[in-house]
Amino acid sequence: MTAKHDPALYASVPDAHGRFGQFGGKFVAETLMSALADLEDLYRRLANDAEFQREFDEDLAHYVGRPSPLYEAARMSDHIGGARIFLKREDLNHTGAHKVNNTIGQALLAKHMGKKRVIAETGAGQHGVASATVAARLGLECHVFMGEEDVQRQSLNVYRMKLLGAEVIPVTSGSRTLKDAMNEAMRDWVTNVDDTFYIIGTVAGPHPYPMLVRDFQSVIGREARHQSLAMTGKLPDALVACVGGGSNAIGLFHPFLGDESVAMYGVEAGGHGVETGEHAAPLSAGTPGVLHGNRTYLMQDENGQISPTHSVSAGLDYPGVGPEHSWLKDIGRVNYVAANDDEALAAFHRWTRMEGVMPALETAHALAYAEKLAAQMTPDQHIIVNLSGRGDKDILTVAALEGIKV
Amino acid sequence: MSRLQTRYDALRTADKKAVVPYIVAGDPSVGATVPLMHRLVAAGADVLELGVPFSDPMSEGPVIQLGHERALENGVSLRGVLAMVSAFREEDTETPVVVMGYANPVERMGHEAFADACASAGVDGVITVDLPPEEVDGLNEHLIRVGIDNIFLISPTTPDERISTIVSRASGFIYYVAVKGVTGAGNLDVADVRHHLGLIRAASSLPVAVGFGIKDAASASNVAAIADGVVVGSALIDTIAQGIANGDTEAAAIDKAVALLTDIRAGVNKVASAP
Repeated sequence: MTAKHDPALYASVPDAHGRFGQFGGKFVAETLMSALADLEDLYRRLANDAEFQREFDEDLAHYVGRPSPLYEAARMSDHIGGARIFLKREDLNHTGAHKVNNTIGQALLAKHMGKKRVIAETGAGQHGVASATVAARLGLECHVFMGEEDVQRQSLNVYRMKLLGAEVIPVTSGSRTLKDAMNEAMRDWVTNVDDTFYIIGTVAGPHPYPMLVRDFQSVIGREARHQSLAMTGKLPDALVACVGGGSNAIGLFHPFLGDESVAMYGVEAGGHGVETGEHAAPLSAGTPGVLHGNRTYLMQDENGQISPTHSVSAGLDYPGVGPEHSWLKDIGRVNYVAANDDEALAAFHRWTRMEGVMPALETAHALAYAEKLAAQMTPDQHIIVNLSGRGDKDILTVAALEGIKV
Repeated sequence: MSRLQTRYDALRTADKKAVVPYIVAGDPSVGATVPLMHRLVAAGADVLELGVPFSDPMSEGPVIQLGHERALENGVSLRGVLAMVSAFREEDTETPVVVMGYANPVERMGHEAFADACASAGVDGVITVDLPPEEVDGLNEHLIRVGIDNIFLISPTTPDERISTIVSRASGFIYYVAVKGVTGAGNLDVADVRHHLGLIRAASSLPVAVGFGIKDAASASNVAAIADGVVVGSALIDTIAQGIANGDTEAAAIDKAVALLTDIRAGVNKVASAP
């Protein structure tokens, strides 16, 4: 076993300062520091509390519908003729994506803190829907910040959130996408910090968010590990997941980090192509910096201004990435690659037609790469792809791109 | 002795309070900033805060956000801001200048290079909104090396026991954020400010300036009665932006902002001696 496959290494992060190597931390205005300390204290207590874990597991079982199946995509695997591809079906969760695993967990934290109001940022709208859903169930007031551009391209999810009783606030500052929604959510939180719980949707933000979101999402990898052993008698040879902020990827990867035989691939949004500069792939083509409370790889210019991003998928259209991914990249444990818009769209169609599984456009990036990877492997090997969300929300986007009126 | 300490000592001796205007460097235009700095000094500013524009200014309300966006459209970078300080220093070697911004442009330049560049430009203090004490040591080491004051924020949510952690790293002055919220927010609570200033003064002999929520002579006067200085930003920036939006020339809009600062100076001067 090499140092980078020592499970103790992965249990040691984040450290007491919330750092993963040089990444992570708490880069926020003073007004939020005490709220973050309170959240960390509560979480460290509840993470080891059997009653809290039981409550979380029950909700995942009976409300979310876990465990999600591991499905062998036999037709596609035969077609490719390489490694067998299995899909971890997070699209079958309540609300249609992995996001709900985390919002269930954070809503329980909000309940324990006695907060009556929750806020969330959203890009594709999946986290907003998952937040609005848990808020409806617990009777909490819910405000979702969403970039104006995303409000346009994800109109179905906007309406879903409204039906669930949430207020959706279009954000018109900056680039009007996910990063600006997160800025605005932070501004709301700093203003209403006494009564408001901020449900961050990914493994980014200030400590302790990257840690607790990872922990809540790790149910994906724990289940996939058992399912792989039960179905194939061995661990997977490779894991593939898309990476925007990186919560579905960390959730799948984390329980396997100490397994030397398991290769891992995080697939970023290559947009028009990483070489064009019009993409959302900070791990592939960015540099370390500080944004939204943590140090991580960012897309930025030589003056430290955050660069505009482009991706066909709103959920990956973000210039940063969770700090644990930045660390996993630097220590060489996970390979980070990119799939561009066209590859993702082609995969969206191919998987819909060949497997009857319509992936979210975010997820389609992972599928596009998994096909290439499988082709280089052999039929005695197998890959698990995190099928992180379903594609219904993207139907209008796909139709518009192809000039079809629905 | 640093320019900030010299200035605050002189104000204390004269039984006066500091007026600290904040403007965004490069807003409304690149050429406007240095002349505006001189005019603010002439109108009674004791310390100048120069905002470093950033693409994602998370602690700013809408007024200052737009100031950052305009400055970025005008092509202003951190290096450009420091060049403005150098230009200001050609005529004014006494008024302390504090640059206030976010961590990422500083990280990108590098802590050592940033500290050196600040020193050679004639910057006296640095406020980095998203570098709390827990994250500041790398930068602080270099600011201390070049003798630049590092100014920290304390807020209404700062726990009492944390105040001593913060002031132990601070120099120049302490910036008390008077409201939970973003810049330009309303409803400053003077009783709450008084309570927190008492806690800060028990932990530190540094001067305390108060900002966020001060918009006119009356609110400045109320705060100056209990603080060592008042910071006013959004009100000035909004006056210029509104003027231009309503058809004023840039010069006429700036005249209105300078008039507002003159009013605020007068309001602060009405205040009797320190508590």
